[in-house]
Amino acid sequence: MSTMPIIRALSARLIMLVPYAWLLVFFLVPFIIVLKISLSQTALAQPPYTPVLDVAAGWAGVGTFLAGLSLDAYALLWSDWLYLLSYLKSLEIAAVSTALLLLFGFPIAYGIARAPRRWQGILALLVILPFWTSFLIRIYAWINILQHDGLLNQLLLALGFVRTPVTWLSTDTAIYIGIVYSYLPFMVLPVYATLEKMDESLLEAAADLGCPRWKAFWLVTLPLALPGVIAGSLLCFIPIVGEFVIPDLLGGSESLMIGQTLWTEFFGNKDWPVASAIAVVLLCVLVAPMVFYEHMQKRELEAH
Amino acid sequence: MSSDSQKPSTGRGPRAARRADTRPLIQFEQISKRFGDVLAVDRLSLEIHEGEFFALLGPSGCGKTTLLRMLAGFESPSEGRLVLDGKDISAVPPHRRPVNMMFQSYALFPHLTVAGNIGFGLRQEGLGRDEIAARVADILALVRLTGFGARKPEQLSGGQRQRVALARALVKRPRVLLLDEPMAALDKKLREETQFELMELQRRLGTTFVIVTHDQDEAMVVADRIGVMNEGRLAQVATPAEIYERPNSRWVADFIGDVNLLEARLVGFEAGGALIDCMRSRLRVAHAPDAKPGDTVWVALRPEKVALARSTPEGADNVMSGTIFDIGFLGDMSIYKIGLDDGTIMKAAAANIARRVEQPFAIDEKVWLSWTADCAVVLTA
Repeated sequence: MSTMPIIRALSARLIMLVPYAWLLVFFLVPFIIVLKISLSQTALAQPPYTPVLDVAAGWAGVGTFLAGLSLDAYALLWSDWLYLLSYLKSLEIAAVSTALLLLFGFPIAYGIARAPRRWQGILALLVILPFWTSFLIRIYAWINILQHDGLLNQLLLALGFVRTPVTWLSTDTAIYIGIVYSYLPFMVLPVYATLEKMDESLLEAAADLGCPRWKAFWLVTLPLALPGVIAGSLLCFIPIVGEFVIPDLLGGSESLMIGQTLWTEFFGNKDWPVASAIAVVLLCVLVAPMVFYEHMQKRELEAH
Repeated sequence: MSSDSQKPSTGRGPRAARRADTRPLIQFEQISKRFGDVLAVDRLSLEIHEGEFFALLGPSGCGKTTLLRMLAGFESPSEGRLVLDGKDISAVPPHRRPVNMMFQSYALFPHLTVAGNIGFGLRQEGLGRDEIAARVADILALVRLTGFGARKPEQLSGGQRQRVALARALVKRPRVLLLDEPMAALDKKLREETQFELMELQRRLGTTFVIVTHDQDEAMVVADRIGVMNEGRLAQVATPAEIYERPNSRWVADFIGDVNLLEARLVGFEAGGALIDCMRSRLRVAHAPDAKPGDTVWVALRPEKVALARSTPEGADNVMSGTIFDIGFLGDMSIYKIGLDDGTIMKAAAANIARRVEQPFAIDEKVWLSWTADCAVVLTA
């Protein structure tokens, strides 16, 4: 009889452990492996780096392994402009894309939240509907739309907006189009969630107190939607920095995003240590907004 | 507890006199409001006077909230004119109307502090920072929330939030303060306290208050006049006492307080009153109803006006007899349900003026009911 509460307490603890175990196995352990590789040197071997930890050699093996580690890969990242430019390019694309997503996503979310309640579910579903098709297929479709004799140019020519076809593909514009298209739901849904919770009578109260509608948007709606705006922005910004497929398929080759640089190092140059170092630095760059997000969420939780 | 037992003597003087010498501040002129096929307000006319505490009372869906929202400007009338201070305001948007509303949900801005909420309307007027601060401080003192200015609404209790909402609406010194079920979210005790505070506040400021409520006790306590609404129309507009004691229809008599409604037939008139046949009894009433002998009328009799006795009462105007079949003990009074000899059920309420546990009457006891001629109201509608 008395064992039941103990078992219950234990199982409660075990359930609490699940997310931590998940993070340990699928995040921390792989990250330590990547970190370890980033401290190695490239080698023509299997695996293609040294040193390799020889557990059979006991403590001596560990000593040899530790002595073989170096920061050479990081030094290379620092010495070559290519990497720094890649990081900056990624941050630029992510920042501009997030701003664009906000520009398009906020009105969409606002429109859904103000629609009649029975329509809201359907409209929100329409936003995520493209996800039911493979991401790759949708990006390939954009190649067709954006190419020289693609749909977009045909349309522009037919409507007389341009006289000669515009080069869309392999430009930053194409990357922005692809990213905004792909990430829109990640912006729309969190913003919609906060706007939908908003009490309509707050806007009436603002009007009642002498505030015209347009002003009430800035004084009431926007501040209240801020948590959703921040969540949506981070949900977009963080993965866009590391985005690989969209710039690779739609973008040009003159300046690469960090994901592409990493891919080249890994698959092209077979330089695992540099590729790992890029990944570690990228993670450090992204920890800042994630910590900020975490902080915001905590504040949100404390507020309620 | 019946509504009139807790009615305070407000000492506000006769309203009628004041009404005669002030022109109406608010005039609803043949106002209708349609929502699709639903007629929420039906050709309604009403005048509310300067400095009045007016209550719109009615069951849910009677159109009282729509009327209030029309005053605030959130709804516009489908037909008719809405006049404030002599000017037609039907087309004036809410942010340009000199009225302020206290919302049922309070609608406090969660991202602003108490002072930020109260100062919101003053900032819209473009007042200076110092003046806003001074007026916010004044109104906070008025609602006894001095020192709470820096708090966020979520850090306040329900009663405090209610006072912030009140302060926010009052700080703009509106011509009319609209209150939409202002005490619905408060518990009973706090609600009663707040009702008296609200009356006190209204008397001090002299602002016209229009309150919407479904709680008749609340309307009776706070209001100078009540407009009882039913299905988009005003059933009766009068002082609380008039509505209680002289309802103009069975519906109003039944909606306000507890009542015994007996179908009867007008027999004839006598000096200062009328004779009525009701359940094989001949009843006397002290007023002459607007009906012809032979017409069907209804006798409305409040339970507290019925006296109970164990023997035939001497010299009573109206007497009936029956058997008690149920007793409800409410503390301050007891409600007796009496089955009359012909099967009709009557309710009688007796104040428990002596402190004793045994009830003066018992179930299954045979009793006589009596009331004087001026206690019953004869209704023709």
